[in-house]
Amino acid sequence: MQTKHVRQIQIDVNGEPRSLSVEPRLLLVHLLRDQLGLTGTHVGCDTSSCGACTVLLDGRSVKSCTMLAVQADGRAVTTIEGIGNSKSLHPMQEAFWAEHGLQCGYCTTGMIVSAVDIIQRNPDPTDEQIREGLGGNVCRCTGYHNIVRAVKAAARAVRSGARRKSVAEVEPLTPPLEAPPVTGEGIIPHREPVGAGGE
Amino acid sequence: MTAVVGRAVVGTPTSRLDGREKVSGEARYAADWPFENPLYGVLVQSSIPSGRIDSFDLAAAESAPGVARIFTHLNAPRLVPMDSPPLGQTFLPLQSDRIDYEGQHVALVIAETLEQAQHAARLVRVVYERGPARIDFRAHLTDEIEVQGFFPADTSTGDVSAGLGGADVKIDVTYRTADRHHVPIEPSATLADWRDGKLTLYDAAQWVHGVRIAVAHVLGIPLDDVRVISKFVGGGFGCKGFVWPHQILAAMASRELGRPVKLVLSRAHTFTAHGYQTASEQRVVLGATRDGRFVAIRHHSWTPTAISDDYLETCATPARASYASGAIETRNRAVRVNRGVPTPMRAPHEGVGAVAFECALDELAYALGVDPLEMRLRNYAERDPTTGTPFSQKNLRECYRIGAERFGWARRSPVPGTMRDGDTLIGYGMAGAVMFTVRMPSTARITLHPGGDVVIETATQDIGGGQYTILPMIAADALGVPVERVRIVLGDTALPDAGGTFGSSSTMSAGSAVFTAAQELKRLLGGRRSVSQPLTAEGKFQPEHSDALSMFTFGAVFAEVHVDRDLPTPRVARITGVYSAGRIINPKTARSQIIGGMTWGIGQALLEASELDLGLGRYLSKNLAGYVVPACADVRELDVTFIEEVDEHASLLGAKGIGELGAVGVAAAIGNAIYHATGTRVRDFPIRPERLL
Repeated sequence: MQTKHVRQIQIDVNGEPRSLSVEPRLLLVHLLRDQLGLTGTHVGCDTSSCGACTVLLDGRSVKSCTMLAVQADGRAVTTIEGIGNSKSLHPMQEAFWAEHGLQCGYCTTGMIVSAVDIIQRNPDPTDEQIREGLGGNVCRCTGYHNIVRAVKAAARAVRSGARRKSVAEVEPLTPPLEAPPVTGEGIIPHREPVGAGGE
Repeated sequence: MTAVVGRAVVGTPTSRLDGREKVSGEARYAADWPFENPLYGVLVQSSIPSGRIDSFDLAAAESAPGVARIFTHLNAPRLVPMDSPPLGQTFLPLQSDRIDYEGQHVALVIAETLEQAQHAARLVRVVYERGPARIDFRAHLTDEIEVQGFFPADTSTGDVSAGLGGADVKIDVTYRTADRHHVPIEPSATLADWRDGKLTLYDAAQWVHGVRIAVAHVLGIPLDDVRVISKFVGGGFGCKGFVWPHQILAAMASRELGRPVKLVLSRAHTFTAHGYQTASEQRVVLGATRDGRFVAIRHHSWTPTAISDDYLETCATPARASYASGAIETRNRAVRVNRGVPTPMRAPHEGVGAVAFECALDELAYALGVDPLEMRLRNYAERDPTTGTPFSQKNLRECYRIGAERFGWARRSPVPGTMRDGDTLIGYGMAGAVMFTVRMPSTARITLHPGGDVVIETATQDIGGGQYTILPMIAADALGVPVERVRIVLGDTALPDAGGTFGSSSTMSAGSAVFTAAQELKRLLGGRRSVSQPLTAEGKFQPEHSDALSMFTFGAVFAEVHVDRDLPTPRVARITGVYSAGRIINPKTARSQIIGGMTWGIGQALLEASELDLGLGRYLSKNLAGYVVPACADVRELDVTFIEEVDEHASLLGAKGIGELGAVGVAAAIGNAIYHATGTRVRDFPIRPERLL
């Protein structure tokens, strides 16, 4: 790689200060995905139409596919990995799971990040406000119904004090298999999400 | 042999077992796999629709920083020809100077970083020699050809001409639907890793074994040397079902360069990198008696196909199975144009045909002064009207009844334009839905481990439909263990083949294989409840085709549409759908599938069209700003009911397929509701506001 055009930038990524060398043409999403390995942020459309790449920049949602990494210099970026992880889910993540606000899951992470921004600004959004607020996030699978329900449920949970648990607080996931199969990748441990009920 | 009774996790709304991975961003889609020291690929696509490549000027591109290789037809290895399927397109990439369509891959630039590859791709200069191009299939309907499709092109029962001659009332209408694209939110991506003579592809695929067969064949390498992995797929809807040139090119590049290659398509490139759903020209002629009984049905369809590849969108299919009539004639033809080859897209065939057929039926009902629902009931088909055979199961009458009740169809005023709320015109419309049933031979393996964990292994794919969840549910019930103890490994050609995840087939196919494996495991256990060594059983599902039964899923769809009197932007206020679709394994994922499908119907009715420049053969907007799909605020009340039923003939589970069904009939119901609201009959879909001015 050429070094001539490399810039040094300082970004806080998910609470961790990072000093990074980037080309000025590098998009923020590729910095996150390719250099930092934060692949929970997805690329869907390249033109900021679909919102799969949504991250928080200083707490507000932005589309990382149409923003240069150098534009994030000196700022704080929160990706889905910073919202919560599989061992310790954010209430919004729990709600998307429990309310079935996802199918293929590809738009889901960007949708969750946008929804976190929505309820940070408006802790008790109406259906209408959620539908308008998620106008920049496209889902091709679910028909959006359960997404709206998930955001409402998460807003309710957060208003009543729910928060993301620390890793120390959560019980371990399903114990590992005693004899994992040869093709061990992609095994899905299961525990019902908090608040999962009927449809 | 029908099964899955007892503990009944099956039938209970169950949250996705893969939900945790997906909401946390830890689910690994094709483009997410980490590679050490990968190369990045960027495609260069043709800017002309027909002709040949005269020459390349690669000097600037090849000397750009980081470029490892630029593949063109001049230096790419020769590929071995193959049929479709598994190929989506048999016209193989970078094999000659010939250009058959705009957006055809003409070069693949490989560089050390994505940005370097993108930059170099822009420096590739191609000199073309333009040839004559035919773009608009509608201008060439007389050049129709007969091509082989997945379903017969023609059917004929009775004497349609005689029937029409004796009809009291006749309508003869032509409907048009638009070119559409699948646009799953995950663009196709293939990561190829050629290592020690073996190839591993991390791919966004609806059929991993299909990719393996195709890539091994065209590259001329042994099947055993290719492994395809597709753990999570960000939607597919058909465009990842067959194998397309980019998958072959990624594999080829990795082999030639001896390094891993990441080829993640840009959204713009996806518009021609894989197939699309064809626009259609559909002529429907219906004849009926004065009391609203069909005497003749004729449905003819024309759709485009490619210059060097055959694909037939059989739109003229719903009439074959929908209503009783002594004379039914269906006919499907294609017209060759300089465009890429089409491919199935949710919901193909009947889904496209229903737009014309169910709207035409509505027109006939109005012409007769018969309620559109009553019209359908009067022509209810107790048997398949084309083959004369009974249906494996059909509870459509119940669907009509429950749907009408839930929707409040009785409140409908029969005269168009008479239901209003201030300046808002209100319309009620309905349509029937019918969808083919396809099943695939499938195999699965289940292992009981000493700790009590059960592991399913099967090379099906979960593209969002819920196989990660419903297959463990099936195994849990069959084995009598809690679903929490069952895990599943899928999406990998190292596992037993379970066919493609398309055609609404996975639950029936992979599901039955899993069920059979569980039954076998139970037999091997012989009453034991635990094991000291892992115990494995295999299961197989071989669908038996029978001419004695006709197998479809059915539904009744009702829509309420609001249209402002002055600014006629149609809005779908609510949709009610009731479905006769076999046993529902997981009501939670099934309802989601259907409302997702209904949302596709909203897109088909009002929004989705891949606008084509008829001179250049180029889509005008190869992006999601120009190709508009429903957003959150476009979707209002959606109401779904499944008839409780078990179709023992369709699968060992009594289940059928529902992946496509929800998207069928919705656009017609909306179109019919728009007519009811406004009195304007639009026969050109999508129904954009300008058509109502």
